Amino acid sequence: MIVANKNKIVEMANNLSENDSGTGRSLWKDARSRFIHNKAATVSLFVLIAIVLFSFIGPYFAVWSNEQIDWNAMGIAAKVGMPSIESGHFFGTDDLGRDIYSRVIQGTQISLMVGVLGATVAVVVGTLYGATSGYLGGRTDQIMMRIVDILMSIPYMFVLILLLVVFGRSIGMLFIGIGLLSWLDMSRIVRGQTLNLKNKEFIEAAKVTGVSDFKIITRHIVPNLLGIVAVYATLLVPGIILAESFISFLGLGVQEPSTSWGALISEGAGTISYDTEWQLLFPLAFFVVSLFCFYFIGDGLRDALDPKDR
Amino acid sequence: MFNFIIKRIGIAIPTLLILIALSFYLMHAAPGGPFTSERPLPAQVLANIEAKYGLDQPVWNQMTNYIWGILTEFDFGPSYKYHDRSVNDIIGQGFPITMKYGFWSFIVAIGVGIPLGAIAAIKKNTWIDYLAVGISIGAQVLPNFVMAPLLIIVFTLWLGWLPGGGWNGGSWEYLIMPVIALSTSYMASIARITRSSILEVLNTNYIRTAKSKGLPTKTIFFRHVLKPSLLPVISYLGPAFVGLITGSVLIDIYFSTGGMGYFFVNSAFNRDYSVMMGITILVGGLTIIFSLIVDLLYAWVDPKIRY
Repeated sequence: MIVANKNKIVEMANNLSENDSGTGRSLWKDARSRFIHNKAATVSLFVLIAIVLFSFIGPYFAVWSNEQIDWNAMGIAAKVGMPSIESGHFFGTDDLGRDIYSRVIQGTQISLMVGVLGATVAVVVGTLYGATSGYLGGRTDQIMMRIVDILMSIPYMFVLILLLVVFGRSIGMLFIGIGLLSWLDMSRIVRGQTLNLKNKEFIEAAKVTGVSDFKIITRHIVPNLLGIVAVYATLLVPGIILAESFISFLGLGVQEPSTSWGALISEGAGTISYDTEWQLLFPLAFFVVSLFCFYFIGDGLRDALDPKDR
Repeated sequence: MFNFIIKRIGIAIPTLLILIALSFYLMHAAPGGPFTSERPLPAQVLANIEAKYGLDQPVWNQMTNYIWGILTEFDFGPSYKYHDRSVNDIIGQGFPITMKYGFWSFIVAIGVGIPLGAIAAIKKNTWIDYLAVGISIGAQVLPNFVMAPLLIIVFTLWLGWLPGGGWNGGSWEYLIMPVIALSTSYMASIARITRSSILEVLNTNYIRTAKSKGLPTKTIFFRHVLKPSLLPVISYLGPAFVGLITGSVLIDIYFSTGGMGYFFVNSAFNRDYSVMMGITILVGGLTIIFSLIVDLLYAWVDPKIRY
């Protein structure tokens, strides 16, 4: 009897401790379940993953690489270069005989890379700047935010084009330029959140125990900002992809033989009068669908992580 | 109010100076002057040309001269590529065109966006709402460079109703497609902002009070709902203005309307720095003036703000 009871007690204790760790609803767990219940966001996430996977696996199915030229289609793409399985040009060719399928894959990789890298630069710079400004407060805060105000009222696309012309057009310059110019919104949002956080007890406790300002910002403030940073980072990516595509459309962005969605759309748009609509419509479809997905995921994340709506 | 204006101008002036200094510095940091070409000019000729444009002076002198020229005579200097034209001349040719379709795009974005958002909010969760929300989400992923080719495919190539480009003094058939292409995504954003802010206002206590004392819905809407719910829209007008003026670059290129954007991109390819700088500074100045107007408008509409 006693032994059995003992077992039971141990079992109960185990159950209790397991349950204890299981029932605690952390912010992220909560957010995940709310995100999964948002159908549009979940579907968008899967579509986006599919697009990313496609851009890596797609080349193995390609009959023509992006460097190969189909001499048969050159100059008569409107008659020969339409999308077909037999010729191996799944998305057709352009007038130079290049395979649109491979070019779209290449463009997808580059556009997504510029979007993600640019957003990373913007997030890192914006978060640190905003957290520092909000945490330090007082005059420093005023001056730092005044600088943001000033930079915000500069029409940044014009400055970016100026930068690209002066320092030469390269992808590196492009994403540094876009990233450096798009951290401003981020820094404002982060600053507002930091102002809320900095009067909380745990920050005071850290201060009392003599933790340095820099450590407090990186170790205590920034981790607590991750939710809102994640939301705005997801919304930044499509914004940056839009900016890159805009510049590439003008012909000032990525250079041949490299390509991006914007450059492909630009080429397609320039040749629509030659009856080669597929040249426009395939990259356009990828572009529009991906942007849709990013916006839906961003909205879903906002609903999931924003404490206002609880 | 007066203090507020002074304070705003106090920000605007350093902003403009920073913009000028930044673009001036960038221009000089560029490898190769505006007159380096593949066939090198004789040293004496190059020196003469540089003397003519004042490029032989110290950078600091050049910059102060440049700023002084802008401040006193509104003179942006000569173009480096078109030797018989000044930057003022080029801007004077392109600016009115940009202003014309830019103005109409602004009107369309506001004039369609606000009613669309308002109808969606009033008829919340009906098919009208879903349609309006669908349109505005769809339009958000259709930026100007996507709209422009799609419009040309439909209206020029398939239907043959509208000319595919050109300006022709700005007659209406040349104006329609640039205006639609430019305004669609901003119209969508304005509709979305209007919808959500009207829904927010409809939930407030004073609207409940207005309803419970028996005011007709129309009165409630026009007298109590509309004005406060337009505040977020007003603060969006600044970014929308920047977006429209940036988008005009693309419109000028794709529809060959011949506005300022055409000269901007052209000079980007030609490395005609003085034209690029002039246009950048002009656009920056316009943006600053416009955001000042928006702030004043905001203060006028929102009774809670007193400067």
